[in-house]
Amino acid sequence: MEMKREYYEDIQYFKKKWVMVVAAVFILLLFTIPIYFTGYSLFILNLIMVYVIVAVGLNILVGYTGQISIGHAGFFAVGAYAMILLMTLLHMPFILALVLSGFISAFFGFLLGLPSLRVKGPYLAIVTLGFGMTIMHIIGQANLFGGRLGLQAPPLDVGVTQLGLSWVLTTDVQKFYLILIITIIMVVAARNIMKTRIGRAFVAIRDDDIAAEVNGVDLLIYKTLSFAISAFYAGVGGGLFSFVLSFVEPFQFNVLLSIIFLVMIIVGGLGSIVGSIVGAVLITFLQYSLLKNVRELPVLGDWLVAISQKWFTVIGLENFNSMILGIIIALIIIFEPKGINGIWLRFKKYCLTWPFK
Amino acid sequence: MQYYFNVENLSINFGGVKAVNNISFAVEKNMIFSIIGPNGSGKTTIFNMISGIYKPNSGKILFEGRDIVGLRPDKIARVGIARTFQNIQLFGNAAVVSNLMLGRHIHMHTGVFSAAFMWGRKSAVAKEERDHTRKVEKIIDFLELQKFRDHLVSSLSYGKRKLVELGRALALEPKILLLDEPSAGMNTEEKEDIRIWIKDIQEELGVTILLIEHDMNMVMGISDRIFVMNQGVKIIEGTAVEVQNHPEVIKAYLGDRRK
Repeated sequence: MEMKREYYEDIQYFKKKWVMVVAAVFILLLFTIPIYFTGYSLFILNLIMVYVIVAVGLNILVGYTGQISIGHAGFFAVGAYAMILLMTLLHMPFILALVLSGFISAFFGFLLGLPSLRVKGPYLAIVTLGFGMTIMHIIGQANLFGGRLGLQAPPLDVGVTQLGLSWVLTTDVQKFYLILIITIIMVVAARNIMKTRIGRAFVAIRDDDIAAEVNGVDLLIYKTLSFAISAFYAGVGGGLFSFVLSFVEPFQFNVLLSIIFLVMIIVGGLGSIVGSIVGAVLITFLQYSLLKNVRELPVLGDWLVAISQKWFTVIGLENFNSMILGIIIALIIIFEPKGINGIWLRFKKYCLTWPFK
Repeated sequence: MQYYFNVENLSINFGGVKAVNNISFAVEKNMIFSIIGPNGSGKTTIFNMISGIYKPNSGKILFEGRDIVGLRPDKIARVGIARTFQNIQLFGNAAVVSNLMLGRHIHMHTGVFSAAFMWGRKSAVAKEERDHTRKVEKIIDFLELQKFRDHLVSSLSYGKRKLVELGRALALEPKILLLDEPSAGMNTEEKEDIRIWIKDIQEELGVTILLIEHDMNMVMGISDRIFVMNQGVKIIEGTAVEVQNHPEVIKAYLGDRRK
């Protein structure tokens, strides 16, 4: 049993000195990543961080507030396109455009939150699904959004050109540091919101919305707020995504992406910030890197290549990738419904109570 | 005379069933007002109408002279009416202390941005959290829940959960407290404790209490007024002695002797 000495400890970042040291070392290590990883790996890492932001946001909605969204690719797309358009058409500075794309996305989130007051569970899932598909099709048809060809991202200038300050980031390493800093800010902010009044209201709605209402939680405000915050995260993620890939086109934002976002937080652990991060890292890694080096495996490699050439479609090995990904997801959900976070919690409990059971 | 809390001609139908039919009563400030009756007589339905979960078909609910019918549940909480539920409605995946902190919701002000950029113990958000935790801690002490402070609610026994729910309602600092079977599922000792606490809440905190309860010892022991109903209609209202000897009450509970 831990002894608490003052109430601030309930919301403190680091309850013990050594946790603080470990966290500091970990963050320092994060900043040294470009030393060990280069090229494609670094590109994947940038993508992972973008997905971390989206997953944390989605977990606020699904894991903490208990609402469902199969339309998050829609918010992601809104953020990505808003970012490019704000910078190319209105020549906004990067940071302003990023925050604004987040808010534009949040506005759509607010609108989508309104039906959540009436429809729940599977019905809400269909509403959000429809939203995601609508967004994808609108951006696929309208000239403003480049239609099916998509849009090219402008140079990533993090300065303010209007003031004569210009600092164009071109390499993946520079982008890495930019995205890392934004990701850390977003994750810490999410943690803070969830630890205090608004987070408690969200959890209350998730666990028992009638009891929440009777205790003074305005469902209209808090459900739409949860959608808006979640969409804000997806929008910021989308804004950064457009620069990681340097170009966006409508079919990147299909329903499958929304499902993958959900998979990230379910595998990582619903209602856990750390879980969302781990889930996003794991799933993105599995998706993009799992079978990259499979050709070099001694016997199995040739064997898998032969099978995929003979029996599967032209994309070959990638078929295995999605199959193995699917199997891993299914196994995690079956054996650990609370996701990776559940394994961590059990480990922590084991350590705290050792040698007792 | 204008009472503190009045219910006037309250009725509600569920598909032709008159669950509550033309019920009126008046509650004076700082009183324990008990509603009793057999199962299905509409007691909880009255609570649900007072707390805004159901909208009555007709009638008024006046609190401090203001009609609160039609207000949403969260607005009624802000007016100063808190409640507990018959079948415990807590936030199961949160710790006891967070459940009670949710009861402080209407008294706190932290917004999205101030919370997101909270930094360090001197920030306004951290200060607010600390101040309200301190108040919640007093309730935890009062209900002797210290041992369970950081436990998840879903890991607690039924009796303890009832207490946590009472604590959450108290954290709201209500003027009127609606208690729906607070002692259900408790053993004799726990029942004795909760009886003392309810009395304390009335006397020390000055809260007006509306009580639904099946334990007659408790009802007769602590109530200032008792309201008896059966099948949605009023039978009698009075003091413990008046109610106990009323033939209609005996009939409602024990059945008709001549049948």
